[in-house]
Amino acid sequence: MAEILNVIVATDCGSTTTKAILIEKRGDEYRQTYRGEAPTTVEAPFEDVTRGVLNAFAELEELSGRKILDGEKIITPAQENTGVDIYISTSSAGGGLQMMVAGAVKTMSAQSAQKAALGAGAIVMDVIASNDKRLPHEKIERIRDLRPDMILLSGGTDGGTVSHVVELAEFIGAANPRPRLGMTFQLPVIYAGNKEARDRVSDVLKDKTALRITDNLRPLLEMENLGPARLEIQNLFLEHVMAHAPGYKKLMSWTGVPIMPTPGAVGEMIQAIARKDNINVVGVDIGGATTDVFSVFDGIFNRTVSANFGMSYSISNVIAETGIENIIRWLPFEIDEADIRNRIKNKMIRPTTIPQLLEDLILEHAIAREALRLSFVQHKALAVGLKGVQKLKDMSESFDRVTEEETLIKMNNLDLIVGSGGVLSHAPRRSQAMMMMIDAFQPQGITMIAVDSIFMMPHLGVLSTINEKAATEVFEKDCLIYLGPCVSLTNSGKFGSHCLDCVITYSDGKRTEDSLSLGEIKVFELKEGEKAKVEISPANKFDLGEGKGKELVKEVVGGVVGLVIDARGRPLNLDGIKGKEPMEKVLSEWNNAFDAYPTLPFYEKL
Amino acid sequence: MTHAYTPGLRLSEKLQIRKNRNLPLPGDVIVKKGDTVKSDDIVARTNLPGKVHSVNVVNRLAILPTDLRKNMLKKEGDSVVKDEPIAETSPFIKMFKSICLSPITGIIESISDITGQVLLREPPKPVQITAYVDGKVVETIEKEGVVIETSATFIQGIFGIGGETTGELQIIVNSPDDIVKPDDINETHRGKIIACGSIIYSDAIKKAIDTGVKGIVVGGIRDKEINELLGYDLGVAITGSEDINITIIITEGFGQIGMAQKTFDMLKKREGSVASINGATQIRAGVVRPEIIIPYDDEETSGKSDKNESTADEESAGISIGDQVRIIRNPNFGVLGKVKDLPSELQTIETEAMARVLEVEFPDGQTAIVPRANIEAIEE
Repeated sequence: MAEILNVIVATDCGSTTTKAILIEKRGDEYRQTYRGEAPTTVEAPFEDVTRGVLNAFAELEELSGRKILDGEKIITPAQENTGVDIYISTSSAGGGLQMMVAGAVKTMSAQSAQKAALGAGAIVMDVIASNDKRLPHEKIERIRDLRPDMILLSGGTDGGTVSHVVELAEFIGAANPRPRLGMTFQLPVIYAGNKEARDRVSDVLKDKTALRITDNLRPLLEMENLGPARLEIQNLFLEHVMAHAPGYKKLMSWTGVPIMPTPGAVGEMIQAIARKDNINVVGVDIGGATTDVFSVFDGIFNRTVSANFGMSYSISNVIAETGIENIIRWLPFEIDEADIRNRIKNKMIRPTTIPQLLEDLILEHAIAREALRLSFVQHKALAVGLKGVQKLKDMSESFDRVTEEETLIKMNNLDLIVGSGGVLSHAPRRSQAMMMMIDAFQPQGITMIAVDSIFMMPHLGVLSTINEKAATEVFEKDCLIYLGPCVSLTNSGKFGSHCLDCVITYSDGKRTEDSLSLGEIKVFELKEGEKAKVEISPANKFDLGEGKGKELVKEVVGGVVGLVIDARGRPLNLDGIKGKEPMEKVLSEWNNAFDAYPTLPFYEKL
Repeated sequence: MTHAYTPGLRLSEKLQIRKNRNLPLPGDVIVKKGDTVKSDDIVARTNLPGKVHSVNVVNRLAILPTDLRKNMLKKEGDSVVKDEPIAETSPFIKMFKSICLSPITGIIESISDITGQVLLREPPKPVQITAYVDGKVVETIEKEGVVIETSATFIQGIFGIGGETTGELQIIVNSPDDIVKPDDINETHRGKIIACGSIIYSDAIKKAIDTGVKGIVVGGIRDKEINELLGYDLGVAITGSEDINITIIITEGFGQIGMAQKTFDMLKKREGSVASINGATQIRAGVVRPEIIIPYDDEETSGKSDKNESTADEESAGISIGDQVRIIRNPNFGVLGKVKDLPSELQTIETEAMARVLEVEFPDGQTAIVPRANIEAIEE
């Protein structure tokens, strides 16, 4: 690898837009300096991804004054105002990496396989398991119909079941699936299961598929080994999937390191940041079609993709999944249900339109809350400890089989939530993004909330694989916008009852005192980077993560929105409030606390 | 730079259209280059592999997987008929003999002495591809399909459900703002494609299906009607394979929206001709919109010059002052107007977002500032 990296150019080739950024070393630190974009050109009439990349470079050249291209060749290395030291890229064009995974037991090897595929940046189209209750012919038809880019087959601990794994291989063989791209090529299949079944699996699949064998991803019940399978997925992504996508062969020859699937790169970045500060992080990227959620808790990384929760192409699916009443509950004005449904469907069929009316913006923000909430529920369900491992439990624990207990996502231990995607990054007021994230994720205790300013996490993710220092520096200085810390209750109580008193002592010695009742949320001034000491005393039954009635004393750092104290209780129960106060009034009080929306006629009535 | 506006829907009175008619799997092309074809002519056929069934023979016969092959009466590739014995045990006492019968008619695909499983495959299912539009075969791709060319009126819809169908076009309302009632649909519309006005409700859709109408083209529809028709809430706009005995294409959007006068006039002009329509919509990268293709027959085209014909593949070129546009988001959703000004600076809109905008002048002389993302060019 180029040993001195002073100028780096990075692109993310998305389904619709190719985004290029320039990162330059200025003095001792790396900074993102310029940004350019152009429509992605994977599809007809161009069918060559490099055209879009060159167009994005041309815009970068224009803005930065740096000459990057010599014709269609990238100039390396960088010298004064010419050339770059390395070009790196991610890609999610053409629908990204679409995979199917299979394993012997749904909650064991199949789940580990699913985690490996998601962690590598794939969309998992289906999970086939020996015990998934589908009949063999149903599984075979499903494999044939879905046409994934590749299949990951696992199953059996080393020395464990052979027959179940071979049976799954037989189903794949019988389905004889064709890959999505390149009709005449064989479908790549990765086998990462019981090593004693390798020969048998190979006999069944080697002639029908492009079979690769790698280490078992679940060698023991108590152990996952997802790394080798993830690496193999990313290699095959380049060799088979990317190589058959228009223009990618040329693009691959330009990049200094292998092209990564976009979500895989975002995952790398989230992990780098968690590692650097030794913190627990949740990251979310809400797009037009999908919502990705990433988490690192106690060093364990998980990623999920909610393939049909998004803000344009999939906006209607959010309503279909959550129900229209769950959207309406976030609206501080009355609106006919049929009207909402038609508006949402119109956004679905014309996905590039933007809200022009404030009413439409608030409606989109309501939908975003639900899309984020549902995606996070899915994430918590997958980010769990290993199933099948024997644990010693006392009597009380054996009755406590709540899913919440099994998830690795402990909200009280979460340090940072990072949001990205148009609806969060481009919200007209930053406070709107903060409210959406607090309402959707419902953090507990003290949690910093931030947004990715211009969606450069993918670029920085690839960069982190070659220069972690450069990536984390740019991430903190240019990518993240800290909105502020949120201090929340971890439990709930009677609406309107007094629940906490707080004292905020600013670094200049100024003090602010206040008290909040259950159902209230307040925003206190605390500028970006400014420090303050918060002392919060909850009433007897209330808990801020320190124990019921126990005082919380912490130093917090501010953000562009300020310091939020959320006394609305957890879980946030809007239905519980409904009977006690008109929802429109409660919602507008919350919005006013954040100064979230401008005042307009329908608003003044409230 | 990125497009500052949404490319509009194609609307062309006469267009040279090429349709690829491809098989899902390699097969036989049965027409030649230069052949003239009708919409329902078969142009290519193939066989889809039959369904796979599995039988766990070792469990049925209570034997070990390693003994499976010696108990099999059939080997891989052999044909079997339903209920024919495929394996049996040979015990010393015949009354203890166990037999395993084939659950289907087909062939033995594989025998596994690891899992004890026998996979059987049903006979292949023939699939035929029709020409879909009247026209001429201009290209044949060996084993894959053909390209058919036709000169036709071409109208893109914004959203549709249901797949390909053909039928005579009939307009059943007087103006693009009318609402079609069930009584407007009668026996004479059987097998036809009917064009309606601004909206169609459930009762009229039901009447159309019961009457045997093949397709409906209408300005708008409520989300409620689509839900009722499909039986579920449509989550993602990927349609075309619904089994609803009718194809519906909306030209403007959801809700009651008068069909654009130009679209209505164009349909009116071609009333009585055979139209090929497809409701298939895919709103993702590589967008697919529903289409109405009304080919001209030889008599209609003979003697006319084709010089002014455009092709469906032509790229749209930006937008300029004076162009016709349609507003595609509230306020003024569905209203047509002319571009009056294209200011280059970003402007703050009601939501406080900074957006690139344009000024639209409506037919009554009023004007409005609209984000460029919220207009659609009327493409010709």
